[in-house]
Amino acid sequence: MTREKETTLYLGPQHPGITGNMMIKLKVSGDTVVSAETHLGYLHRAFEKLIERRNWLQSFTILCRFCVPEPDPIELSYALAVEKLEGRAVPERADYIRTIVAELARIQSFLLWYGGQSGSGGLYTLGQWSVGDRNYILDLFEDLTGARIYHMFMWPGGVRRDLPEGWVDKAYRTMDYLEKRLDDYNKLLFDNAIFQKRAQGVGIIPKDKALEWGVVGPPLRGTGIKHDVRIDEPYAAYDKIDFEVPTYEGGDVWARALVRRDEIKQSINIIRQALDNMPGGSYYNRIPNPMKWTVPAGNAWAKTESVRGEIGFYLVSDGSNKPRRAHLRGAAYAHGISVLEKILPGENIADVSFILNSLGVCPPEMER
Amino acid sequence: MSILNLKGILTPLTALKQMGKEPHTINFPDEQKNISKIYRGFHHNDLDLCIGCGNCETICMNDAIDMISLAEIAGEPGDSGLRPRIDYGRCCYCALCVDVCPSGSLNMTSEFMKVTPDPYDFLMTPGKDNPEAVDKLSFTADMDTSLNLFDRVPMRELDPEERVKSFAEVFLGYNEEEARIEANRCISCGLCTENCPVHMHIPEYINAIANADDEAAIKIIYDNNDLPEMCGKVCTRRCEDVCALQVRGEAVAIRWLKGYATTRAENAEMIAEIVKPEVREPNQYKVGIIGAGPAGLTAGYYLALKGYDITIYEAQKDPGGMIMYGIPKYRLPYDSIQKQVDYMKKMGVKIHFNTKVGKDISFNEIYDNSDAVFMGIGLQDAWSLGIQDEDAEGVWSAVEFLGKANAGETPDIGKRVVVVGGGDVSIDCSRVSKRFGADVFQSYRRRIQDMPADPEEIEGAEQEHIHIMPQTIPTRVIKDEKGHVKGMEYLKAEMVSEGGGRPRPVAIEGSETIIECDAIIAAIGQKANYELLPKEIADKLEMVKDKIKVNEDRLTSIPKLFAGGDAVKFGNSDAISAIADGYAATKAIDKMLMGK
Repeated sequence: MTREKETTLYLGPQHPGITGNMMIKLKVSGDTVVSAETHLGYLHRAFEKLIERRNWLQSFTILCRFCVPEPDPIELSYALAVEKLEGRAVPERADYIRTIVAELARIQSFLLWYGGQSGSGGLYTLGQWSVGDRNYILDLFEDLTGARIYHMFMWPGGVRRDLPEGWVDKAYRTMDYLEKRLDDYNKLLFDNAIFQKRAQGVGIIPKDKALEWGVVGPPLRGTGIKHDVRIDEPYAAYDKIDFEVPTYEGGDVWARALVRRDEIKQSINIIRQALDNMPGGSYYNRIPNPMKWTVPAGNAWAKTESVRGEIGFYLVSDGSNKPRRAHLRGAAYAHGISVLEKILPGENIADVSFILNSLGVCPPEMER
Repeated sequence: MSILNLKGILTPLTALKQMGKEPHTINFPDEQKNISKIYRGFHHNDLDLCIGCGNCETICMNDAIDMISLAEIAGEPGDSGLRPRIDYGRCCYCALCVDVCPSGSLNMTSEFMKVTPDPYDFLMTPGKDNPEAVDKLSFTADMDTSLNLFDRVPMRELDPEERVKSFAEVFLGYNEEEARIEANRCISCGLCTENCPVHMHIPEYINAIANADDEAAIKIIYDNNDLPEMCGKVCTRRCEDVCALQVRGEAVAIRWLKGYATTRAENAEMIAEIVKPEVREPNQYKVGIIGAGPAGLTAGYYLALKGYDITIYEAQKDPGGMIMYGIPKYRLPYDSIQKQVDYMKKMGVKIHFNTKVGKDISFNEIYDNSDAVFMGIGLQDAWSLGIQDEDAEGVWSAVEFLGKANAGETPDIGKRVVVVGGGDVSIDCSRVSKRFGADVFQSYRRRIQDMPADPEEIEGAEQEHIHIMPQTIPTRVIKDEKGHVKGMEYLKAEMVSEGGGRPRPVAIEGSETIIECDAIIAAIGQKANYELLPKEIADKLEMVKDKIKVNEDRLTSIPKLFAGGDAVKFGNSDAISAIADGYAATKAIDKMLMGK
């Protein structure tokens, strides 16, 4: 058997199959990946450093830039960390609103993922449907926060504005509509022979390695390990809500997709419960004058279950009006570098983007 | 998996059923999108409501906002004249600028589309470039959602029943916690500094207080005010009139914060220890100062720091002028003034008390032996009521009455007192009379809301059960056979609006009423007494009405003679203006003598 020549292939930094500006340097032999190396640096905006130069409130407007498709969990983690440092209480109503926003963010992000995952598998109809339906969630965000994508809504002490009139009804209606659509999605993607063939047994993360590699979120639950911050260390109103954490065995693209599919259903369930049980009262525990707001010296770590898995904010305060150090630990760093480099060898070139999409990699979050 | 996965091939074809359905997109521009009621689109600024405080510019971490001057907006007290211009190439539509706008003038609209080939078109001055957007306001910040803290920390005060029993200070002052919270409200816009006659560094010292650095605050405060503890208790606080927060809420309690910081230094030694001012080497120049009131003390203190040989001549036995003899002790205690003056003495200010210029020492002697003279003589003579039998025994002038009370004597005013006037001095007379056990009636020509006195003082008087008789015009004093006051006759007045001015009181004929009383105190204003000046100087001294004419250096028409305080025309008659005069004269004298 003759040994085929190894070729170096640069995937990205601008490539439709890449989830942002990053590059994967592939060594291929024929159609098979021999090795992969993730290259970053195309998006570096020094978010963490910028936060050090902004006061505690100003920071929150750049938090959403860490990850375009799901800015909310990052806002929330930051707010939780500041609240921990300060010992600031959050009104119960704000906790419920935060829960709803976080779950809406999850659904809209999964709808976008449907587009990416199916598109990178060559199935374009579903992407158009799901991205279209995602706009109904963005409408809810627009009504609630004044913006569709970058909400800048959950800040320390609670949320920025109360639920507007009629919003709750609109949210119920949107949930009902989405629930119906999920069947159609199912038929288009999970019942589809092409997707089944491409997703099953591809991009496997071994169950025994998953925790060691730092895998979190749907990819981790796709290996059968039940780990979810919302259950393990509840924040916002999750401890008052009854929901399930879906897991699937296999660790392949298929299992990860199934986890996400089921999570949308759970999110709808969570949102309905939160809407049903929405307490009255204040939505915001006022911070001092933002220009002079100082936070007691100390450090705090707060984490949430983002769409892509556990993310946490680490904040250090020296007692001044700015964070001394801010650090974000996101899912993308582990998934996009160490995991990706480990699972790509042996896969087909055509599956690289497909696998990348299934991991939930957000390059700006890696380049903090 | 079998190659013949029929289900997997056919099921996705269900997508075809969507083909006949209505699209869920809209046909722009024939159809318009439903836009959120709080959409964060382009800004709109109410140019008239905006005060140009620049808080929007400060909070914007994208540097998207620049405060620029517009031809159509002229600055005025409480309005910097600047307006925000937004660079939409930088704006991230976070709306923090809206949430921190103290006046509520800056809002966001539901406008979000702009197409232009010129990038400079994205530099927009909201309100000027899009006046029509006022109808499309969406994201706004009301009192509840605003990030400004509109409510002032209340000042604790003595109970009204308790305080009329003595001359104890009425306002108890902020404690540390209260001061920190109150100082935190300040947005550091600096509109106050502009309106303060002395231009004190208000945002800076408030910031120091907010940062729990009281010593730094004291140091900053003494930079251009040598009587800050006095100002921290009784200042007319024009700073607070223009505070950005008072547009919608309560002004930052600048006066109380200054009071808080300065009272941390408990004695003259502590002030010297904390302030540690830079003192220049002594020079050969002498400056004579007439009057140890706020103007004279200020000129003396800052000139002493600059190395001048300073001597102040004061007719009374204590320093302070009107702040010592005019302001009642329940507002400004004796020790407080004494402490500040002791500190000035430590810095080299010499004061000759009981030395009346024109009697104990001649004006010419001071003038001839000094390289510059500063005159801060104040207004010592009272305007008379100009009514019949005003010379009766028991008719007092406010200056005379307060002077006696503040010197520790007990003026004989009997049980029922009528005070005439509506300014701060009249309220002082009423409240002091109350403390001497009298039943007090205060006669004022106009309505209560027209009173020039500080509303806080009026409220204090009302709490102390002082009967204010608005719209009453005194017509004559009624005296008994011994020539002592036994009552006052007055006419009731109705308010008549003429033109655009404030309503004028017009006496109602036949409404004569008599109020019985044991004393009448006339508090309708004071005038200066220039008897100290020799004739040749008095003749040459240019006047504006009854006030000394000075230029902006506070230099009079006589060479090397400067003047300030109530006796010059500059500014209002209040202590802070007198301090401003003294401070300005200091700079001018230094420039004249040292050339710098």
